[in-house]
Amino acid sequence: MSRLASGGRIDRTRPLHFSFNGIRYGGYEGDTLASALLANDVAVVARSATYGRPRGIFSAGVEEPNALVHIGKETMLRATQVELVDGLEAIGLNGRGRLPTEPDRNRYDKIYAHCEVLIIGGGRAGITAALDAAQTGDRVILVDEQAELGGRLLSSGWNDWLAASIASLESAPDVRVLTRATAFGHYDQNLVLIAQRLENGGRLWQVQAKRVILATGAHERPLIFANNDRPGIMLAGAARTYLNRYGVAPGERAVIFTNNDSTDVVAADLKRAGIVVEAVIDVRAGEAIVDTRFSSPARGGGQGGGALHSVIVASLTGDGGRHEVEGDLLCVSGGFNPTLHLFSQAQGRVRYDEGLACFVPDVAPTNVEVVGAAAGDLSGRGQGAVTPYWVVPSDGQDWSNHFIDLERDVTVADVRRALGTGMRSVEHVKRFTTIGTGSDQGKTAGINETAIIAAQLGQPVGAVGVTTFRPPYVPVSFGLMAGRNRGDLFDPIRVTAIHPWHVSHGALFENVGQWKRPWYFPREGEDMESAVLRECREARENVAVMDVSTLGKIEIQGPDALEFLNRVYTNAFDTLKIGSCRYGLMCKADGMVFDDGVVMHLDTDRWLATTTTGGATAVLDWMEEWLQTEWADLRVRLTSVTDHWAGIAVVGPRSRNVIHGLFPHLASGPDSFPFMAIRQAETGAIPVRLHRITFSGELAYELWTPSWYGLALWEAVIAAGEPLGITPYGTEAMHVLRAEKGYIICGQETDGTVTPQDLGMSWIVSKKKPFIGQRSHQRRDTARPDRRHLVGLLPIDRDELLPEGSQLVSDASVSVPANMVGHVTSSYRSATLGRTFALALLQSGRERIGWTVHAALDGHTVAATVTEPIFYDKENVRRDS
Amino acid sequence: MIAEAVRRSPLADYRDRFVALSAATRGDILIREVPYLAQINFRADPNDADIMQRLASTLGLALPVVPNTTTSQNERRGLWLGPDEWLVVGPDGQQEALERALRDGLDGAFGSIVDVSSNRTVLEIGGPKGPELLAHGVPIDLDARSFGPDRCAQTLLAKAQVIIESRADQAFDVYVRTSFASYVADWLLDAAAE
Repeated sequence: MSRLASGGRIDRTRPLHFSFNGIRYGGYEGDTLASALLANDVAVVARSATYGRPRGIFSAGVEEPNALVHIGKETMLRATQVELVDGLEAIGLNGRGRLPTEPDRNRYDKIYAHCEVLIIGGGRAGITAALDAAQTGDRVILVDEQAELGGRLLSSGWNDWLAASIASLESAPDVRVLTRATAFGHYDQNLVLIAQRLENGGRLWQVQAKRVILATGAHERPLIFANNDRPGIMLAGAARTYLNRYGVAPGERAVIFTNNDSTDVVAADLKRAGIVVEAVIDVRAGEAIVDTRFSSPARGGGQGGGALHSVIVASLTGDGGRHEVEGDLLCVSGGFNPTLHLFSQAQGRVRYDEGLACFVPDVAPTNVEVVGAAAGDLSGRGQGAVTPYWVVPSDGQDWSNHFIDLERDVTVADVRRALGTGMRSVEHVKRFTTIGTGSDQGKTAGINETAIIAAQLGQPVGAVGVTTFRPPYVPVSFGLMAGRNRGDLFDPIRVTAIHPWHVSHGALFENVGQWKRPWYFPREGEDMESAVLRECREARENVAVMDVSTLGKIEIQGPDALEFLNRVYTNAFDTLKIGSCRYGLMCKADGMVFDDGVVMHLDTDRWLATTTTGGATAVLDWMEEWLQTEWADLRVRLTSVTDHWAGIAVVGPRSRNVIHGLFPHLASGPDSFPFMAIRQAETGAIPVRLHRITFSGELAYELWTPSWYGLALWEAVIAAGEPLGITPYGTEAMHVLRAEKGYIICGQETDGTVTPQDLGMSWIVSKKKPFIGQRSHQRRDTARPDRRHLVGLLPIDRDELLPEGSQLVSDASVSVPANMVGHVTSSYRSATLGRTFALALLQSGRERIGWTVHAALDGHTVAATVTEPIFYDKENVRRDS
Repeated sequence: MIAEAVRRSPLADYRDRFVALSAATRGDILIREVPYLAQINFRADPNDADIMQRLASTLGLALPVVPNTTTSQNERRGLWLGPDEWLVVGPDGQQEALERALRDGLDGAFGSIVDVSSNRTVLEIGGPKGPELLAHGVPIDLDARSFGPDRCAQTLLAKAQVIIESRADQAFDVYVRTSFASYVADWLLDAAAE
């Protein structure tokens, strides 16, 4: 055991048990997994990604490149950041991490927060800034990635100032302190994303701050020499953290390798803890460690093979003098790098400071300040005098054991190779070598990479510069990004006012955009096919009812509304009287069909247009775009009323009986309430607007009422139709019924490449007035006769159902690759026709009526006869009955 | 008058769950549906002093012209939605009276008056932890120092478009489209567990 007899911020009254690689160990509350492993003399924690080299604990924080572990389903966690809990089971990473295959059952949440001052980093500088800001009455948020505030102070000895300051912040009314919270993304206008670790999950804070104070501290960087990756080699400041914060001796015999004054206090603390400091190797005194040797087996039993045994020290003056120093702990310090990841993400500019031998803030972004070590004030780290030093010469070796990026297993040899190929930019070298692309983002590697490139190229370090820092600063789980938007809350589920009835009557639902629409209503023992055939038959022969509330609805008001409609739709509305409606089709500027619906003339200067369910938002956006950007002179205003109205289609030859039952005083005969007329009536206390519209080809009525009456009206329709056996039907039967009549569905028969003429709908394209897309219809390609036309298909085998999307070929024996002449857009089984049928877009289709084409399926073809795209009641007798 | 039996508010089924939540949080979070408010979407030229003056008298309420603010008088409220767009809100059953007042205010001038009463329902969210509950899904700053009792905004709650109106005592009226209402209610009940 290497636990010191006293000291540290661990709670020795609370022992914890955990296992690592299947072996049970003990620790204390307040330990990290890393400190507990060191306390149990576990030197080798993981094996490196590429070379499988044994690796130990290198740091005491977020910058850890070596000590990666699996815990439960989570992979590649840093042992230095894992708080020890009782029963923890960890396994050292061997090579690469692996993704879990099961869903993440942790609970994640997101929250927005706003403040005047956001301080990132809860060390001395951050706490000082927070105390200042708390005086102003501003809202202050202080975030720190660790379990408690204090930063470096926690490693240098708890002091009264820290305790008093934290107490003062906790009692300040407008100060919020977030711990275990890592700010990982700093975006424009001071939007900062913060990942907070919670028990069994986490919370994503999206903080909008007027001012951001970065008190992110500094990361110590290593020196680079041969075999600098052995377990037992550790950043000097980390060794001090384990001693003072966790009461752990990270070794018994220590060697220090440094180029600056910060290690003085490390040496003193090691000695005070009873650790022998065998040697302090200081490049400023002309000495360096040129190689290391490993022990086998290492202390701590069989697991430790490969841990540090001794270091080889040589004179830098080249007189060949060298000697070996034994030790199981090597504390290295190559100086400090201000932690400027967030600063750089926010587009702050850095410059190289020759005196400090590091990059420091140069030009800060608006409303961003940097304080403390992050600003280059390294006095608190005790760096003092520093001699920039990066790489110990290779001693005749090939540089392939001089590790720069420990997580990525990248060495000086790799950088030399990159430069040898002619690369000069640090960005190119990064991509060639992968330095800085590991999950640690190269926190201990990046600046060394720059310095090595600079030395090789004979350039100043500042001229080589650093690679671009990008979010996230630490790995962030997908679960955290998703937050609670999972399962039913993944995306809004929109429902109509009538939805509860559908649910209680066994409807199966289809997703149409965000809407849940009844797909069909199976009866006991029915499958989808038989249910849909029944629903269609009832609509054709009796009476059926459908919820059409999801249609998009836009109210259009203003004296120029008619002109506006005439410009937007391909057809004209000049002759549409008040109290009537008309089908309308609209194109995009390229002349391709965009959407369709019914336009209702409600009153003077007052209209209402319906859209497809899925197209509602796009159509309103489209109309507003023209109105606001091109036609600002038109006195027209649009208002979405989609959710205001519930809509119910009552369909079938006996639908008039139902309407008469509901509205006995309404003249509902074919002459008094003709096709495409609108009426206003009441049934009971329910106000209803009736429209004689059909999407099935049958006699049909669409009943609209404000949505809070929707369910009552539906139930009234069902009750009035019950003696006739009224049947509720869903979207599938609706699709079949409309296809039998050759009515298109935008988005099914059309895909943004189809003109009204292609669909055989020239009748709806006005020649008398301009409209959006009209000019495109004159283009040579749009007007050519051999475009794909909408046709019907009747499979020769009356029972064969063509898959929608099937490609069509003209010759069954054609070899692959074949020339496709069209594709199937809709395909159904028809109760009315007693067979299958389809709609298709077919090259020169209107000239091929009566021909046979072949649907190319997997390994075979299916023959079908080309017909006109209307299969039922071509004369519209039923509609007008 | 309207027979209650035939109307059903979008969140009628959530009443018990809202009550249970208030009890479980000991009143820290209060959620209540305020259904059937009369709501008119109104468009007019705010620079036409005659119209604005007439409206103030026919409606009994001066419509707000400062962006994202509200005005209220005698149970009628005006919510600024855009430079020439308002949501005019009144008690249940007043939609025709509101439409008439607005039409009289326009007096033939160009504008738009659309009854949207059943386009949205209102969720009243109060209690000391109400603002924090909303912060889980609303990106704007709801703090009294920037969103006091005379403020409103069109924003998002989770993935649903909403209008949020700040009321007295850090309570908020959230106007949500009826088809999104159950999604928003489910989302809030889930967030309340945090």
